[in-house]
Amino acid sequence: MIVRNGDEATAVISPPKPPPVSVAASLRTLSIFAGSVALALVVHLIVARNEPPLEMRFYTIFLGSVLLIAVITAPAQILWARLRQFRQNLHPILTAAAFLLCLWEIITSGVRLLPLPYFPSPAKVLHSLITDRMLLFDSTWHSLLLLLSGYAFGVIAGLITGLCIGWSPPVRYWGMPLLKVVGPIPATAWIPLAMVVSPSTMFSAVALIALAVWFPVTMLTASGISNTRASYLDVARTLGAGRGYLIFRVAVPAALPNIFIGLFMGLGASFLTLVVAETVGVKSGLGWYVSWAQGWAEYGKVFAALVIMAGFFSTIMTVLFKVRDRMLVWQKGVIKW
Amino acid sequence: MVMTPDAEGSTLQLRDVRKSFPDPGDPVNRRLVLSGISVSLAAGELVSLIGPSGCGKSTLLRLIAGLETPDSGELLIGSEAIRRPSAERGLVFQDPNLFPWLTVRRNIEVGLVARGLLQEKKTEVDEFMRLVELEAFANAFPHHLSGGMAQRVALARALINHPKVLLLDEPLGALDAFTRMRMQDEVLRLWSARRSTTLLVTHDIDEAIYMSDRIIIMTPRPGRIDQIILVHLGRPRHRSNPEFLQLRGEILELLHFAGGERMKSGKAHAPIM
Ligand SMILES: Nc1ncnc2c1ncn2[C@@H]1O[C@H](COP(=O)(O)OP(=O)(O)OP(=O)(O)O)[C@@H](O)[C@H]1O
Ligand SMILES: [Mg+2]
Repeated sequence: MIVRNGDEATAVISPPKPPPVSVAASLRTLSIFAGSVALALVVHLIVARNEPPLEMRFYTIFLGSVLLIAVITAPAQILWARLRQFRQNLHPILTAAAFLLCLWEIITSGVRLLPLPYFPSPAKVLHSLITDRMLLFDSTWHSLLLLLSGYAFGVIAGLITGLCIGWSPPVRYWGMPLLKVVGPIPATAWIPLAMVVSPSTMFSAVALIALAVWFPVTMLTASGISNTRASYLDVARTLGAGRGYLIFRVAVPAALPNIFIGLFMGLGASFLTLVVAETVGVKSGLGWYVSWAQGWAEYGKVFAALVIMAGFFSTIMTVLFKVRDRMLVWQKGVIKW
Repeated sequence: MVMTPDAEGSTLQLRDVRKSFPDPGDPVNRRLVLSGISVSLAAGELVSLIGPSGCGKSTLLRLIAGLETPDSGELLIGSEAIRRPSAERGLVFQDPNLFPWLTVRRNIEVGLVARGLLQEKKTEVDEFMRLVELEAFANAFPHHLSGGMAQRVALARALINHPKVLLLDEPLGALDAFTRMRMQDEVLRLWSARRSTTLLVTHDIDEAIYMSDRIIIMTPRPGRIDQIILVHLGRPRHRSNPEFLQLRGEILELLHFAGGERMKSGKAHAPIM
């Protein structure tokens, strides 16, 4: 029962080290990756002969440099174990990505399986991405500002209302029916009204995103708080805890896993609302860019914006995952994530 | 009855305490759980509470802790009536109920943080970690602990407030026989170091005899005090000592669990435990 060995405690909480990867196995998988990139490059060079060379340039450079990196890192990783580990993990997904790009190019520019102006080849998308980078960057920046301000307001409001509803029975009695009736209306349904009533489209967009976030955050915070195990509260009371401690140091941490589910749901809702608001009202941002480019029939740009959007949204999602991992370390090993 | 001058504990008096709960199956009548409990504990005394399941032992402890209010009767600590939960009455539940989001150390600190005394008593945290021998696990989260370790954390967490009254609700019930006996010694060691007035609920007659100054035996629900048995053995006690075994036999006899004649006599006592 008496554990004198101090290492034991730390050993339990530090994550297990991944097994080392052998050099030979790593080289083998690596050559598959380099091969897939080389294939994509060859297909591209063949297809590109029928296309305007100016639009093909960037993609050729891109595939060429990826191939170069793949070839260079092959010997480097023999010496550097961390790089080897990293490559080993990412390798299958990177190979699949190279094949996918190759396939995309074949069915668009290559055999023209899809109606052409609407489905540009990866080379055209990359070309638009690079030539129109200033406007794309600007749009991304505007989307980010709008999203973050809307999300922040929504989360703050949602946490406060969720806490009140979850903790106080009278607030719950009056607040819950209201929440159940008003909450499920999709935030985007308010757009026509919001555009008319509010002083500026920017303001109404922030409010709509906040509304979209507010509902799931409130719902899950309230349920998390009100489902706090009574015995935790009893324990805290017998240890001398006052109301502040009970709410913020017992109920809130106990509800945190639930609150994070609300934050994730709210994030999804905020993406949707952001894009719709930008498409119909706000005159900036990625949503606006997509519909603007579509108006000019520049589908390369449409896809370029979609690619940016995918990266943008998934980065934000990843950040939220990291925050959760940070705050819910104590759950590790209790719940499968 | 043991009374030491340096006891941290204080006297605990119950006078005709009654408690009922709404009966889910009967909307009109309430279900009486405790009917007229009267007993006093001297400062620093360790008393065990034994009784059949559902007779209201946990309810009695929750009343003393201030988590429930009695229908009638008085509960006094020293000369003060119990109205609400307070740090001066520590309760250790059958389930350790550690906060899973806090490390072992932070769990033990809860009482100090809640009362805003952490800065003042920082050194005491180390002292209690040492007392329950968990220094090596200071930064581990509760799900990394074994049942016995978790229960020791729960004990330390209650003890750090220096409660005048310590209420233990079957704190060792979930442990295997060996861990249980070791923990009994630990609880005794902690108790003799601090001398809180302690009320220990248990289902184990050996544990009650081994640990306590007196044993309260309760009747089935509605719970009343059936007997109070004085354990006149010196400390430290030996589980195989003839006097110990003799007392054990007497208590089993009282409870009609001695065996053999129980079948014949068919006493009206409900089966216990
Ligand atoms: N909050 C409550 N609401 C309604 N009934 C309750 C409540 N708490 C306890 N009871 C009832 O009171 C009775 C006594 O419960 P209690 O938990 O005090 O028993 P116990 O002696 O601790 O039993 P055990 O030895 O099994 O732990 C039970 O019949 C239980 O159903
Ligand atoms: Mg009980």
